[in-house]
Amino acid sequence: MVSASNVVKFFGKKKVVQDVSIQVEKGKITSLIGPNGAGKSTLLSIVSRLITSDEGEVRIDELDVAKCRGSELAKKVSILKQANHMTLKLTVRELVSFGRFPYSQGKLTAEDERYVDEAIDYMQLTDLQHTYLDELSGGQKQRAFLAMVIAQDTEYILLDEPLNNLDMKHAVQMMKVLRRLVDELGKTVVIVIHDINFASCYSDNIIAMKNGRVIREGTVNDIIKPSVLKEIYDMDINIEDVNENKICVYYA
Amino acid sequence: MKHKAILTVLVIGAVGLIALYMTIASGGNWDYILPRRGMKVLAMVITASTIGISTIIFQTMTNNRILTPSIMGMDSLYMLLQTALIFIVGSGSAFIMNRNLNFVVSVLLMMVFAMLLYKLLFRKEGANLFFLLLLGLIFGTFFSSISTFMQVLIDPNEFLMIQDRMFASFNNVSSDLVWVALGCIALTILWMWKDLKYLDVLALGRDQAVNLGVDYERVVRKLFLVTAVFVAISTALVGPILFLGLLVANVTYEVMKTYRHSYLMAASALIGIIAVVGGQLLVERVFSFTTTLSVIVNFIGGVYFLYLLLRERS
Ligand SMILES: Nc1ncnc2c1ncn2[C@@H]1O[C@H](COP(=O)(O)OP(=O)(O)OP(=O)(O)O)[C@@H](O)[C@H]1O
Ligand SMILES: [Mg+2]
Repeated sequence: MVSASNVVKFFGKKKVVQDVSIQVEKGKITSLIGPNGAGKSTLLSIVSRLITSDEGEVRIDELDVAKCRGSELAKKVSILKQANHMTLKLTVRELVSFGRFPYSQGKLTAEDERYVDEAIDYMQLTDLQHTYLDELSGGQKQRAFLAMVIAQDTEYILLDEPLNNLDMKHAVQMMKVLRRLVDELGKTVVIVIHDINFASCYSDNIIAMKNGRVIREGTVNDIIKPSVLKEIYDMDINIEDVNENKICVYYA
Repeated sequence: MKHKAILTVLVIGAVGLIALYMTIASGGNWDYILPRRGMKVLAMVITASTIGISTIIFQTMTNNRILTPSIMGMDSLYMLLQTALIFIVGSGSAFIMNRNLNFVVSVLLMMVFAMLLYKLLFRKEGANLFFLLLLGLIFGTFFSSISTFMQVLIDPNEFLMIQDRMFASFNNVSSDLVWVALGCIALTILWMWKDLKYLDVLALGRDQAVNLGVDYERVVRKLFLVTAVFVAISTALVGPILFLGLLVANVTYEVMKTYRHSYLMAASALIGIIAVVGGQLLVERVFSFTTTLSVIVNFIGGVYFLYLLLRERS
């Protein structure tokens, strides 16, 4: 389980994360939603130790993220940030192989290669595996980065807007992959996501942030309600039931 | 496989040039020539490989292929020390005349400076590497300005002494120092050996490195010190060669086309040796000492730097 308690983060004088406490259930997809600038990425970066919090603590399975050895954590939790630019000239396969670094320290074993193959296969990148990243489209690149995270084979996977740059088909595929990771491999996935309907259809739990605070958390059914969404986004959102999914209609 | 082949070619090139340098126009005077040239070659090998390797490490840490360690301002500090010594105690003093003493003082001063920069910076956690570079740049400019100020005031004869130190030269390197330098470098390499594997991951950027379990602050701190030791030793040994690192590192990327630092570092050392020994051959045999290696390296390096900038823009 991932738990954050009383996390506070300042950027300069601005309190970007204000006293946030959350618990992420194991073996579930938890979506982090909220308007731009709510502090979602910042919170995810703190949980994944990319930045340190000013107050509070984060525990992943009883390991204190701020104190635990980085090499231990790298086998437990992986993070993919919102924007990934790469100055290196790497092929897809080379990038994905980096995901095995926590285990192989750079010297890939046959088992590592197998994980790399599987990850590439999972993200349907087999045909592209020897292509250089800078020759890929934004969505293909996004999938390559996700394959790297899958190769890292951690119990907890944190993704900041993984649907960035993906077309409808690949967005659906991506969410299905995440669902499989959770249902078949027992992983725990936390995603920051703006498309509320994807959050509604694919996640188990939803945490809503606004102005640096968690304002609501609960199951999909608790959160996907006009009254709650109004509170989060300050807009009127209709909800329709389509094939047992709750679909938000807010385009007009 | 391809990379190993390129490395083999580079080894052959470097060894060939060294052999040529050792034997050209010998006049049969082997007992005199071999030890003398041998020392020079050793000094060149040390300088070339430390500059090549430290530039690669530095560029990987900063994720930038146009910066070189000279941005930390250590070579400006070296020049300031040389100028100040001549300015204050005169060219006849032991500090200037005794190369060994001068070497020790220079290395110590540069290391103290690097440590201070690093203390200033890593005092608080999560400090920004680019802030350190900015500080280095400011100090470097500051040191150069004071040097220039003193050089303007100084006696012209004494100024010639300084000018001699402004450019790297392999012509009168003391053999004691070569061995000391070699020892220090060997120790440094041993010290960082286990951390070399992190370089490939560091090249992905800080966030990916942390995600993959690298203790980023510790590794960067260590590599920063390694770079500082390499720069201090090569500068104190032969003097500053500003563009060599930039030239060597970028030619290395171009030739090796890989992200693997085991290959990159080996290749950068070899390419450095080829550049320095080849350049020195030019200086001695083609220009018959009418120019210095630094002038050639800075000229080629400068042109290459412009080419890089123009290419980046397009
Ligand atoms: N490095 C930084 N320095 C200063 N302020 C920052 C920094 N990163 C984020 N902020 C500020 O913190 C606040 C929260 O940013 P954050 O990136 O966490 O938002 P977010 O919820 O992920 O938004 P989005 O949906 O647009 O990605 C914003 O107001 C932003 O301006
Ligand atoms: Mg964000």
